[in-house]
Amino acid sequence: MKFLLRRIGFYLIALFVAITVNFFIPRLMPGNVVDSLMAKYPTLKPQAQHALEILLGVGHNGSLIGQYFTYLHQLATGNLGIDPLQFPTPVISIIKAALPWTLVLVGTATVIAWVLGTLLGIFAAWRRGGFLDQILPGLSFIQATPYFFLALVLVWVLSIHFHLFPSQQGFSNGLAIGWNGPFIASALDHAILPALTIVVTSMAGWMLQMRNVMITTIGEDYVLAAQAKGLANRRVIFSYAARNAILPSLSGFALALGFVVSGTLLMEIVFNYPGIGTQLYTAVTSNDYPLTQAIFLVISVTVLVANIVADVIYVVSDPRARSKGE
Amino acid sequence: MRVVARATQLKRSFSSQNTKVKVGIVLTLIFVAVAIFGPLLAPYDPSAQSAAQGASVAAPSLNHLFGTDQLGRDIFSQVLVGTRTTLLLGILTGLIATTLSVLVGVTSAYIGGLGDELLSLLSNIFLVFPALPFLIVVLGAFPKSGEITTILLLAFLGWPWGARVIRAQTLSLRNRDFITAARESGESNFRIIIFELLPNELSLIAASFVGTVLYAIGASVGLDFLGVGNTTIWSLGTILYWAQNGNALQLGAWWWFAIPGVIIALIGTGLVLLNFGLDEIGNPRLRDSNSSIKVGGRRVRPSDPTPVEIGVSSAQFGVPSSTTKRRDRRQLGIAAREVSVGAALQSPSTIDSNGRENSIATLVDANDTSTSQIEDSQRRGA
Repeated sequence: MKFLLRRIGFYLIALFVAITVNFFIPRLMPGNVVDSLMAKYPTLKPQAQHALEILLGVGHNGSLIGQYFTYLHQLATGNLGIDPLQFPTPVISIIKAALPWTLVLVGTATVIAWVLGTLLGIFAAWRRGGFLDQILPGLSFIQATPYFFLALVLVWVLSIHFHLFPSQQGFSNGLAIGWNGPFIASALDHAILPALTIVVTSMAGWMLQMRNVMITTIGEDYVLAAQAKGLANRRVIFSYAARNAILPSLSGFALALGFVVSGTLLMEIVFNYPGIGTQLYTAVTSNDYPLTQAIFLVISVTVLVANIVADVIYVVSDPRARSKGE
Repeated sequence: MRVVARATQLKRSFSSQNTKVKVGIVLTLIFVAVAIFGPLLAPYDPSAQSAAQGASVAAPSLNHLFGTDQLGRDIFSQVLVGTRTTLLLGILTGLIATTLSVLVGVTSAYIGGLGDELLSLLSNIFLVFPALPFLIVVLGAFPKSGEITTILLLAFLGWPWGARVIRAQTLSLRNRDFITAARESGESNFRIIIFELLPNELSLIAASFVGTVLYAIGASVGLDFLGVGNTTIWSLGTILYWAQNGNALQLGAWWWFAIPGVIIALIGTGLVLLNFGLDEIGNPRLRDSNSSIKVGGRRVRPSDPTPVEIGVSSAQFGVPSSTTKRRDRRQLGIAAREVSVGAALQSPSTIDSNGRENSIATLVDANDTSTSQIEDSQRRGA
């Protein structure tokens, strides 16, 4: 419990840092954004200018500290402002539209990659020097391949060359988003290539991690004792060796889920997938500071939440963490 | 008889065990050489456009080994120049970040108390900070910033991983007898850190350096691909940026994106394999099963308990290279000293992959600590 309390204290500090950095992002950017936006979009109403000035801190709203508290108050009330480029859409509804795409696609793909990679790692460690070990250098190559490059190759081979899957967008144009058959089928079809990219590139890492920890565990005496008792290999592998070896992998998995939102930005951009990564890229390239700021905050918070989950998993699954109280 | 068996074993371990590491070293050296000499050998100016008939998006030929892009620019020259930019950026970032890691990690563990708490807090905050989105946001706002800005930002965001591991390692080393002995004999803290601590952390520091270079190359290539960096500087990522923008995929110009992409992956592979080697120096259990040897007619792997046959010293276990041999001898001395005072019974902290300390080492049979490798693996965080 002491361990968890300490961690909660840490996360509060980390959250404070993330929020503060986020506060300064638009203030460190060059130029007066509001004026250029007003000039660019003559249709903007005066109240939008006011909202922008408050959000971007370029107005006459008193001291920096005053602005900071205004910003905190807005965050606390869930008011992230109005998006200047998709006026008058509130920033929060743009994020609400984009987030599920990323969470479902990358979340599912990460789970698949983790399960497959961990299982392969277990068998690679058990049959050390066997077939799976022989392909390790090949795995390093896959692991070293940037996500977005594999995405390009898959688009080129499977989409442009063989016309198997669509290469752009998250669903076909003209379909209504919702729980209807055509939309779900189209979304699944569009998700296959991005998901394949994530599974292929991240699986290798899970496999290597599991293999390396598992090899150390297999060397332990209690595994030898389990075998000496005449237990079936299956039982020794899963209930004795892998059960202990999986702990770092489990924590790593929760962390990876946190990077779901940020880690695959580039992949989303290649596929023009309607998720949070593409939105961030669009926002950055069009100097849409309120949206940039909000997305960055969402990403920071997701990573923190994932870390909390990782800690809870760590405490629940590893008795040593509980007894030591660290 | 034993001499023959030992010779065979050495030969075998040398031929198969280190293949991965050797491939890693060779790959890395090749690309370092390309980075050094490549731009001198580039046949064209990478930005020189050619309006000649058929010069645009031409497939690889003798004139243009890697083909040309939309504006008739030579991709081979772009790759030669770009490899230097990308590698140099990675290495410089790695040097700065690793220096920071060592400074923070060692200081943190050495001073302890409140200072340690604060430095650890700082590292942990940086660990949960989403670096790539932050870089996209910052560099996107300053499109004309040079490579130096990218290097400094990457290093500034990339040191905490190394710092955590180095801190944990220093914590487990600082209470050891040889450090205590040095302190008792009146050596200064500075001297203890430089001559007693750091040499024992070299493989860890090297692994952390290689890891950071890998991270920096990956991040910078991604940023360049997005075009949020400076697209007028040729790097491997910039080539991909122009390929994406020039519709290389739709034009079927595979050479335009596939060649630089594969080169990025090969540089990364070299570094990953190199790090395997560094890991295996530190954690002998990871070495291939091929390194097992026969002792008294029984196959023994480095991970097995020490055979009790008389006259077998731990230095005989799967010694892969001269470096490790030297290292093993040195550590054997340390281990022997520790065992003699019963220090093997204490539980050195180990680190799991997330840098969390735990005491899994206590699960290892105390007999094992008499071999240098197991001793070593405990410290590396087995």
